Amino acid sequence: MTRLQNAFSKPHAAFVAFITAGDGDTAANLDALVEGGADVIELGMPFTDPMADGPAIQAANLRSLGKGTTTADVLQYAYEFRERHPDVPLVLMGYANPMIRRGPEWFANAAKGAGVDGVICVDIPPEEDDALGPALRDAGISPIRLATPTTDAKRLPQVLEGSSGFLYYVSVAGVTGLQQAAAGSIEEAVAALKAATDIPVAVGFGVREPAQAAAIAAHADGVVVGSAFVDLVGEHGAKAPAKLQELTAAMVEAIKAA
Amino acid sequence: MNETSPNSFRNQPDDRGHFGDFGGRYVAETLMPLILDLEREYRAAQEDPAFQAEFDDLLEHYVGRPSPLYHAERLTEELRKDAKPGMGAQVWFKRDELNHTGAHKINNCIGQILLAKRMGKTRIIAETGAGQHGVATATVCARFGLPCVVYMGAEDVARQSPNVFRMKLLGAEVVPVTSGRGTLKDAMNDALRDWVANVHDTFYIIGTAAGPHPYPELVRDFQCVIGKEARAQMLARAGKLPDLLIACIGGGSNALGLFHPFLDDADVRMLGVEAAGKGLEGSEHNASLLGGSPGILHGNKTYLLQDEDGQISEGYSISAGLDYPGIGPEHAWLKETGRVEYTAVTDDEALEGFQLLCRTEGIIPALEPSHALTAVSKRAPMMREDEIICMNLCGRGDKDIFTVAEKLGVEM
Repeated sequence: MTRLQNAFSKPHAAFVAFITAGDGDTAANLDALVEGGADVIELGMPFTDPMADGPAIQAANLRSLGKGTTTADVLQYAYEFRERHPDVPLVLMGYANPMIRRGPEWFANAAKGAGVDGVICVDIPPEEDDALGPALRDAGISPIRLATPTTDAKRLPQVLEGSSGFLYYVSVAGVTGLQQAAAGSIEEAVAALKAATDIPVAVGFGVREPAQAAAIAAHADGVVVGSAFVDLVGEHGAKAPAKLQELTAAMVEAIKAA
Repeated sequence: MNETSPNSFRNQPDDRGHFGDFGGRYVAETLMPLILDLEREYRAAQEDPAFQAEFDDLLEHYVGRPSPLYHAERLTEELRKDAKPGMGAQVWFKRDELNHTGAHKINNCIGQILLAKRMGKTRIIAETGAGQHGVATATVCARFGLPCVVYMGAEDVARQSPNVFRMKLLGAEVVPVTSGRGTLKDAMNDALRDWVANVHDTFYIIGTAAGPHPYPELVRDFQCVIGKEARAQMLARAGKLPDLLIACIGGGSNALGLFHPFLDDADVRMLGVEAAGKGLEGSEHNASLLGGSPGILHGNKTYLLQDEDGQISEGYSISAGLDYPGIGPEHAWLKETGRVEYTAVTDDEALEGFQLLCRTEGIIPALEPSHALTAVSKRAPMMREDEIICMNLCGRGDKDIFTVAEKLGVEM
């Protein structure tokens, strides 16, 4: 079983925690998420133009780039994380341009070498899979795709084709961290996705409170939280790890009780 | 042309929206179904004579087309003063600055709002740099009675205040964008964020031949009225095709509009003029083709100003309309095929071109085509007297007089 499969085989829904690389003390922040009980770590690769992100993650991207974070730094964070946490799955999330800059094979191999399990690229839809997908699959990294409220049943098979690890359901049409979807609409959408695939379905966008996470965990295989963590890093800086661990633990507790 | 040249330069993009290696649909999944809808609707509109008839009618009676093709004889004579005997090409202008709203941008906005109407969309958003596209979008929204939100970089709001007021007069809401450096790139990011959150009722009128497929194709097609008219007018007036076409390039829609109908006329050379800002050797320019490299941004693969990690550079130009770190993907392809030549002109050179046209022809050009004018003044003396340069005078300079005054040290 792969690390990602393991994470989604637990008796409770997996908790997927996102932070932006290079924002705050990244190594300590990542460790805090693991300590708090996160099942999967999503590490955001900063980009100058994060078009799909709301104000919280935009600001984190700019803070990170303002400190001079490079692609090499992001890969180094991943590599050191893998050394410290051999069993916790790590997924890189970001935008196409930094990922393909040196060629998709370079990126896929470098990510593999750093112990990365999956890659979420926001702006490469299945129609443009050639830009990165084959390189990831050849390197043994899961290309994790996004499904959204606008992805209809006819289109869904195309989204699933060539993807693995898990399917990330974006529960609202919008950017990260702002609106939240009604619980009823999520339940219905997750049921439709699960009928179409055996890949685990994780739900994210707009999840900030443990109660929301619990409501989603009752139906989905995983819950993703990003902006709430990124806000904590922005607010508390070097003191963020304790806050991150606290929120993670609260989320995980709520999910386990769901 | 080299051996690998295609049979036609006018049959791009392919059915996936690719111009060779460029273009495509690099968007978030939320937008993908909408982009596919737009493509379907555009194909249907292309087949619908009523759509074309309404487009043509509005261009004629609302925009004021066809725009004149003007033989700039005084400028021609002025440029011959520096030329050797028998040299100094005739300079002609395609006068799209005489369009309603003062630039070529309105051609595209008319086409896109008709598409929005066909698709039943009830809200329009747009991004703008210099404000010309914002004004054109606000104009068609007023004409069709649709609410309009224009995203504009905060820095551009400051340096283009007359256009901001125009948009407000026309009933548009102007949202100043403070993310990034507050220019066109950042305005486009925020427009995309709005769109992704309002896909159900909102149509995004993109202002240049860039973005995800089918935008580069449809914007080009709507702008091709420029080149189609110029081709017919030139044949009627001069009895021959022009020898050289020149146009400025930010995203590149006015240049494509002029060039595209001539692409298969092998004897017609073409020159696209990028903004060299303070010079190509530094980072303060917007010459994506001459100083950038291929990458993915705003839905398409094209030449970008970027660092070694793929982070997008801010770029710089005196001209807000050219202040964008990317370029339409068809230009990237035309560069790689060698069909179109590209050059760049600095701020200072463009200011000279601006003043030259004011003095010789009594026309105040926008700073964007002032870049093209400078290229004209460099090329004309190197061409024979019987040769013809046709330049797209794509915008008028009313909006820029404050910027120019400041640069020239004049207090207003």
